[in-house]
Parts: sequence; structure tokens; C-alpha cells
Amino acid sequence: MKNRLKYSVAAAALSFGAAGAAQADDLTLCWAAWDPANALIELSRDFEAQSGHKMSFEFVPWPNFADRMLNELNSGGKLCDLMIGDSQWIGGAAENGQYLKLNDFFAAEGISMDDFIPATVAGYSEWPKGTPNYWALPAFGDVVGWTYRKDWFARPELQAEFKEKYGRDLAPPASLDELKQIAEFFQGRDIDGKTVYGAAIYTERGSEGITMGVTNILYNYGFEYQNPEKPYDLAGFVNSAQAAEGLEFYKSLYDCCVPPGSSDWYMSENIDAYKSGQVAMQMNFAFIWPGVNADANVGGDRSGYFVNPPGPGGHFAQLGGQGISVVSNTDSPDAALAYIKWFAQEDVQKKWWSLGGYSALKSVVEDPGFATSQPYAQTFLDSMAIVKDFWADPSYASLLLSMQQRVHNYVIAGNGTAQEALDGLVEDWTEVFEDEGKL
Amino acid sequence: MSSYSITEPSKPQKWIAGSLVIAYALITLMPLLWIIATGFKSPADSIAYPPKVFFTPTLEGYVNLFTTRTRQTAEFLAANPPQTWYAEIVAKYDMVIAGPSRFGERFLNSVIIGFGSTFLSIFLGTLAAYAFSRFKVPLKDDLLFFILSTRMMPPIAVAIPIFLMFRQLGLSDTHLGMILLYTAVNLSLSVWLLKGFIDEIPQEYEEAALIDGYTRFQAFYKVVLPQAATGIASTAIFCLIFAWNEYAFAVLLTSGNAQTAPPFIPTIIGTAGQDWPAVAAGATLFLMPVMVFTILLRKHLLRGITFGAVRK
Amino acid sequence: MSRTSPDRVARATPGPVARRLTGLSDRAIAWIFVAPTIFLLLAINIFPLIWTLRLSFTNMRVNRPNEPVEWVGLRNYQRILNDSGIWETMQATAHFLFWTLALQILIGFTLAWLINRKFRGNDLWTTIIVLPMMLSPAVVGNFWTFLYQPQIGLFNYVVGFLSGADPSSFSMIADVRLAPWAIIIVDTWMWTPFVMLICLAGLRSIPESIYEAAECDRASKWRQFWTITVPMVLPFLMLAVLFRGIENFKMFDLVVQLTGGGPGNTTEVTSINLKREAFEKWRTGYSSAYAIILFVTVFGLASIYVKALNKVKSR
Repeated sequence: MKNRLKYSVAAAALSFGAAGAAQADDLTLCWAAWDPANALIELSRDFEAQSGHKMSFEFVPWPNFADRMLNELNSGGKLCDLMIGDSQWIGGAAENGQYLKLNDFFAAEGISMDDFIPATVAGYSEWPKGTPNYWALPAFGDVVGWTYRKDWFARPELQAEFKEKYGRDLAPPASLDELKQIAEFFQGRDIDGKTVYGAAIYTERGSEGITMGVTNILYNYGFEYQNPEKPYDLAGFVNSAQAAEGLEFYKSLYDCCVPPGSSDWYMSENIDAYKSGQVAMQMNFAFIWPGVNADANVGGDRSGYFVNPPGPGGHFAQLGGQGISVVSNTDSPDAALAYIKWFAQEDVQKKWWSLGGYSALKSVVEDPGFATSQPYAQTFLDSMAIVKDFWADPSYASLLLSMQQRVHNYVIAGNGTAQEALDGLVEDWTEVFEDEGKL
Repeated sequence: MSSYSITEPSKPQKWIAGSLVIAYALITLMPLLWIIATGFKSPADSIAYPPKVFFTPTLEGYVNLFTTRTRQTAEFLAANPPQTWYAEIVAKYDMVIAGPSRFGERFLNSVIIGFGSTFLSIFLGTLAAYAFSRFKVPLKDDLLFFILSTRMMPPIAVAIPIFLMFRQLGLSDTHLGMILLYTAVNLSLSVWLLKGFIDEIPQEYEEAALIDGYTRFQAFYKVVLPQAATGIASTAIFCLIFAWNEYAFAVLLTSGNAQTAPPFIPTIIGTAGQDWPAVAAGATLFLMPVMVFTILLRKHLLRGITFGAVRK
Repeated sequence: MSRTSPDRVARATPGPVARRLTGLSDRAIAWIFVAPTIFLLLAINIFPLIWTLRLSFTNMRVNRPNEPVEWVGLRNYQRILNDSGIWETMQATAHFLFWTLALQILIGFTLAWLINRKFRGNDLWTTIIVLPMMLSPAVVGNFWTFLYQPQIGLFNYVVGFLSGADPSSFSMIADVRLAPWAIIIVDTWMWTPFVMLICLAGLRSIPESIYEAAECDRASKWRQFWTITVPMVLPFLMLAVLFRGIENFKMFDLVVQLTGGGPGNTTEVTSINLKREAFEKWRTGYSSAYAIILFVTVFGLASIYVKALNKVKSR
């Protein structure tokens, strides 16, 4: 009897389809294939148990992530109900109606953007920037920082040699110049019978790699995306003499201090090189730190973390990370919103952090115990305080591709000068904005 | 003077030619053997320097290929000892198997789309080839050239409207869409090849059948088709290999649902970086059927790859 | 092309009888048999091509459904032809085409000539040589990036072993001078067997009697090679060049996997560049014009070439 009842309820739910809000939906969440995504699977089991909805996941590796997911959005596909899309997509997705606007939902559910780290709200949720129009809930805070081999740095013989050469202790660098010195110091050195190299940096050409790397240096040499007084005024800001100097610095770092053949490296190649003991330092997004800390070869005390060092023109770090959005094409908007509501809860966010997900909720990161909860927690907080992001305009892909090409052409292929590369970039970007009718 | 043809190469000539060709064949084979070998290496062995020729084989690559894994704490692992041989392999890395990977699905998609489009292109191609071979079709030569020319188009050149069309018709990322698309691409090959095969079947057989009271359809079905069976089979394998290997359309038009193996295999990554043994394992499984077909097909090879333009 | 025709059948059976026997007229059957193929090809090849042409005169962007689509006349074409970046990609494509064809003809012909010495087991070894050609370029190309890695890659190790250079001293994919060759090597590895097979067919089509006659005239082997072998194989070789040329002009998967167009723009061949414009920047109108230009180029070059080929054949 009981069983029969259950069946008839199920049948009724099926026959009414989308009409019933309480029925169990299959939700697909799309994100990049990386460690945090696996943690999210773990976390989401609670949601499944509580709501009765079933979660599926579609994870795409980073080099193909933007390509595939933007293709999915633009082709009007129905694969994803929820999208943890990259921060730069927000402009396009908002203007073209690919994401649902969340303001009303936030208001109705009492979710306040003031409860999240400001940089993540600005970076992941707002479009147009600086206005209270929200298209995503900050889901995963991320920023470029550096990982280094604490155990190598601590070796007395290296300490002594370094001090003699540079007159200071071998310690995490306080400036970009110091960073380069340390990288030079380790380059080609023999450690435990293996040749090691200075640093693994981003050089990837196909998606966004080299841009996400070089901007860390450019910002700190004084590069600006545009005239702060006059939007889309590029000349003299993108290609200032200081910016060119910053680009030259990145090339000099590539020429002197990276593992041979690292001409097309992004997150995973850098992790590889670091974990296999090839490099003393690596530039990478903070998401890797939980994995490094747990690693059998380089984990625990053997690794340390530091904020992207300041340069002559300032102190910034490249923002990464994503917000979670509801794809407008979804057949189950209610269930998708229910997921976001669930995800925004403080308890869930706390658990998210404990599983290796960088929560952007203030009450989590401002908790007195947070900074000491993991060896990298303080570095994460310090880094998040100085972030800057790439363009998030609807034409971001064109802007990014030009930058990838111009920068790779100079830094890796060695064609032309830094000034020429940036002048070319101004040309390309101006053309894009002209096409957009913004200039 | 012993009896030898003046055009027949001498013994030493053969010997030299043989060794050169064998040397080239061995070089050519090296990357393929390396793929197969890497599939049986451990991740550490796969990136050893200098490259390892001798190693202890392991199935780690295959286990990683078919599963997704999550890292677990030592306590969890101690409390849940691995139950199966494959769980044991991943437990060495402080991980547990969280579920199957997408490889099985992608492989199955390749099979469905490959066989589906092959069946359709052979079915339509045989009909068209028979008509071109036996009947007076107006503008026959022009139509045949048109069919051939469709093959020259760069896939990317027609990809934009196909993308729009598929989006409109809801065919994006569906098996049906990919089957239709690959069928269209393969039709040129199947019509040209099959026409060649059917041309070679003497008309007399059908004439006899027609006089015996068969209809055209019956004659086609009961007389021509059995005669063309070998040709149809080898054409089918060529269509299958094309659909199996196709990449450009697959990467542009498929995603989570109908994605085939070629765009998927290069994106197999481990927890850190590309998991080369898993990639190699996937590549081995994916390439193996084609290698077997190639060896079976070697007599028909040339005809297939040149659209029947070269017949020997 | 077929010399046999259905006319004989028609002549053999009087018209009305034939019609009664078949149920349907031959003409109707012919159309029923041909129509689905033609329809599908029109729908998936010709219709899209015309659509591409139409789009090429607009400023459409697929990812901007809310923006009006306007006719821009020939502006897209003008911009492309004036864009120095596109000429660079054309050069990269030409460089790739030239060297792959040259190497594949040279090695392919030599191999075919050697195999034609008919040593024992030549069948088996021919099949082995042919294997790479049948495999998925995307999957194999991806694995080659592993073989090309400095230090741990097999390729660098073997080259280092043979030449004495340090395997970590060079990187096929990272170096601007070597990157084009990284692709040329893999393409040559994959496709030399194709040229070889066609040359082999050409060599085997030469009747022995011609050589016997030459032998009687006391022509040297060298002379025989240049006056008999080469001219007789030439039409076959040209056919191989046509097929490879068209295929390599479209080259996409191998380059995507190996270098992704880098370093810088060194190996940015046209189809990759086009893919970026169309499916990453989503400049639909612009990239449609680009696609049309490429299509006309291939078609034009191929037609000129086919004319030349026919001239050689009829000689």
C-alpha cells in the first residue's frame, strides 16, 4: 500500500513535469576540471540528500574550458543548468542574456553581497562593473601567488652561498627583482643529484595562460588597462614605458630562469614541474595550495607560499576565481536557484573551505581561526586584498586573444621589442573597442 | 647464364632495399610502440629521465583512464581498506575511486556515431552508386564531380552555418546531428568507391535476372548487392575510420552529451598535469581497432584512400 | 568512369516489358536512388556554403543575439585582405605545405621504389609503414607533444643519442625555429605512406616490356630511371600531391594539438586562425568572409592544378 502511494506520487510528479516546484530535478553543474571541482562533488552530496535533486557535473580541463563552455552558451545548449564560469565572461553572459539576473532572488532569500569579500563581488558578480547588478554568487576565490620550496630555502649551505652573493637571507622575495635573483640562484643548480630550475611561470598560448602570468608583473610596473579618468582610453596606459619595462622583466625571467621547454605552460604543467622537484618556485593560482600542502613529495613543511611581490609601480596580483550562475536556458531554474541558496549558507561555506574550496564569504575568512587554519590561508587573504582583473567586457575573448598573441610573440618567440608588443596591443584593443562602438 | 628476368632486381639489390625499408618501418613504428608502452607505465616511470625502455608494467594508466579519484586522509584510508585490485592501485596515492570517468561514454559515442554514420553513408551511397553506374542520370558527370568537390571544403569553412543550423534545429551536441554530418562528409567517398565496385560487376548477371522475371529492385537486392559485398565492406571500414578519427567538427559541435573520443582523449588530466599513462591507455584502446582494420584491409587500402582514383 | 551503360539492358528488353517487370521506370528508380544523397549534400554542404557567403557581407556575431545584424558590403573582405596578420598565417601555411609535400614526395617515392625491388616480406613492412596514416591525428598529435618534451621525451632523447646533443638543450615546440618542423615531422611521419602507396601503384603500372626494350637498346639504368620510371609515375605523383595539398591546406587537428599556433604566431596556420576568429572571438561575419576567401583559394589552386595534371596525363 505504502509502495503504491509512492509510485503514484512519483507518477504524478513525472506527469506534471516542470509544473511542480518540489519535484526532484537533475541538475548539471559545469566547471573546470581541477581539484576544487572534485571537492565540490563531495560538498554537493549534502545538497542532494537535503533537496532530493540529483547533481551531475561536467568538468572541462582549463585549456579548453572557456572555449567549450562559451561555445555551449552561444550554441544555446542545454547541458548546463548551473555554470561556474570564469570571471571575465560575466559581461558577455549578462548582456546576451545567457545568465539569469540574481538581484530579485538575492533580495527574496536574504542573501547580501555585502557578506562576501568585496573584490570577489566586483570580480565575479557585477555587470556593469561598479553597479549593483548581480549575475553570479561568488563561489571560489582565487588569485595568483607563488609557491616555493621551503626545504631548499632552509638548507644552510644554500643560505650561506646566497648571503655571500646577494648580501641578504635566502627568503621569500620582497620585490620582483629579488624574485628574479632567487630564480637565477637556483637555475641549473644541482640539488640531490638533480638539475633544478628557478621558477615555473605561465607561458601558455592557447587559452589565457601567458596573460594571467604576465599581468602580475605588468600591474606592479604600472600597467593600466585604461585611463582611470576616461574609459577605453588606452594609449599611454597599456603601452606606457613602465609597462614595457614590466614586459621586459617577464621576458628576462623567461630567458634566465625557467625549465627548458616550458614555452606553453599553464596551471597543470607548473604543478607538475613543482611536484616533481624541478623548480624552486612556481607562479600559480591559489587553488593548488591545498594539493601542494597534502602532496607526498613536497607537502607540509617542505613548501611555503608568498604573495606576488611588489614592483616599482605598485603591488597587485591577478584575480582568478569564479562565481556560480544560473544558465538562462535551464529547464530547472528553481532547483538551480535552490542550489545557490544552499551553497550561500555559512555552514556550507565553512565546509567548502575545509574541503579545499576558497570560500568568498566574509564570515568564513574573517573568522579569527581562519588565518592559521592552513599554512597558506594568510597568503590567500593578503593576496585577495590586492587583486586586479582582466577585462570583463563582452568582447573579452577578442581582447584576450590579442594579448595572448602579442605577449607570446614577444616573450616566448622573441620577436620585436616589449614596446612594440604593447603598441600592437593598443592597436588591437582599439580596433576591438571601435567595432564595439565604444570608441 | 642462369635464367633471370632482366628487370628482376638482383639479390644484393633486394637485400639493400629490404634493409632500408625495414629500418624506416621500425622508425615509423617507434612512436606507436611508445604509446602502447606508456599505457603500462606508472606516472613516475612515464616521465623518467632518461626515458625508460624497461619498466615494471602496471595497469595504473588504465585504472586512471576509467575512473575519477579523490584524495582522502590517511585515517579514512585506514578505516576503508581497498576492496578491489584497482582500488588498491589508487590507494597507493592516498586516493579512493569516486566513480567511473567519462572515457567509457566518449568511447561509446564514437562507436554510435561511427557506426551510425557509416551505415547511413553506405546505405545512401550504395543506392546512388548503383544509379550512377547503371542508369542514365541527367548531368551525371556534373553530379559526380559535385559530390567529389564537397570533400575539398575545409570543415571550418562550413562550420559556422552548420553551427547555426544545428542550434536552430536542436541538433547541437546530439548523436543524430553528428551522424548526419559525418554521413554527408562520407557520402562523397562512399559514392565514388562503390560506383567503382559496381561498375566492375558484369551487367549480364542483372540482365539474366531481369529476364527471369526479377524486378529492378529484386535484381539490385539479390544479384548486385551480394556481388558487391567485399567492396561495400571495405568502403564501410573507410567511412568508419574517417568518422572515428574526425576532430574539427567534433570539437566545435559536441560537448557533454555527444562528444567523441578524439576531442576527449587529449584532455585527460590527472590531479596534476596531463596523466600520460592514462592518455596513452586511452589512445591505445582508441587506435587499436583502426590498426587491426588497416592490417585486414591492406589489399583495398589504396583504392579507399584515393577515392578509387588509383585501383591497384 | 564507367563505359558500361544501362542502354544495353534497355535494348535487351522491349520498353513496355521492362516497365512491367520493374514496376517502376528506370528513370524513377534512378532518381529515388540518387535523390537522398544529393539532398543531404545540398543540406549539409551547399546550403551552409551559401549561408556563409551571405553572412560574409554582414557584421553578425553569433554570441550577440540582441544586436542588430547589418549589411556591411565588402568591408569584411577589405579588412581581411589588408590585415598583415592574415598574410602571416598564409605564409605559415605555405611553408608547412611546401615542406611537407617536398619531404613526403622524396621519402614516399624512395620507399615505393625500394619496395618495388620486391624483397621478401615487402607486403608486411608496407602495411606497418602505412599504420600512422590511418590513425586519429588529434590523438596521435597530442601524444607527440609528449615525445617532443625536452629531457623526458623520446624524440629529444633519440636525437640527442644520435647527434650527441643534450636532450634538454632543445625544445621542438618552444623554439621559434623548430616549431614549424615539429609539425612537419609529424605530418611527414603520418602521410609519407600515402604518397608511397600511390607511387607504388604507379611503379607497378609500368609494363615490364618497356624496361626490356630499353635493356635491349642498352640504355643505362640511370637513363631508364629518368626516361621511363619518372615520367610514368609522374601522373600518380601529381595525384598524390593534389590530395595531400588539399588536406594540408585544411590542416587543423595536428597543429591544434602540437603547438596551438605558437610560439607567438609561428605556426598559426589559416584554419586555426579562422577557428579563433569564428569560435573564440565569435566574429561571425568577418570569419565567414575569411572562410570564403580560403575556399576560393583552395578551389582555385586545385582547379589550376587539375588542368596541369590532365595535361601531364594526356602526354
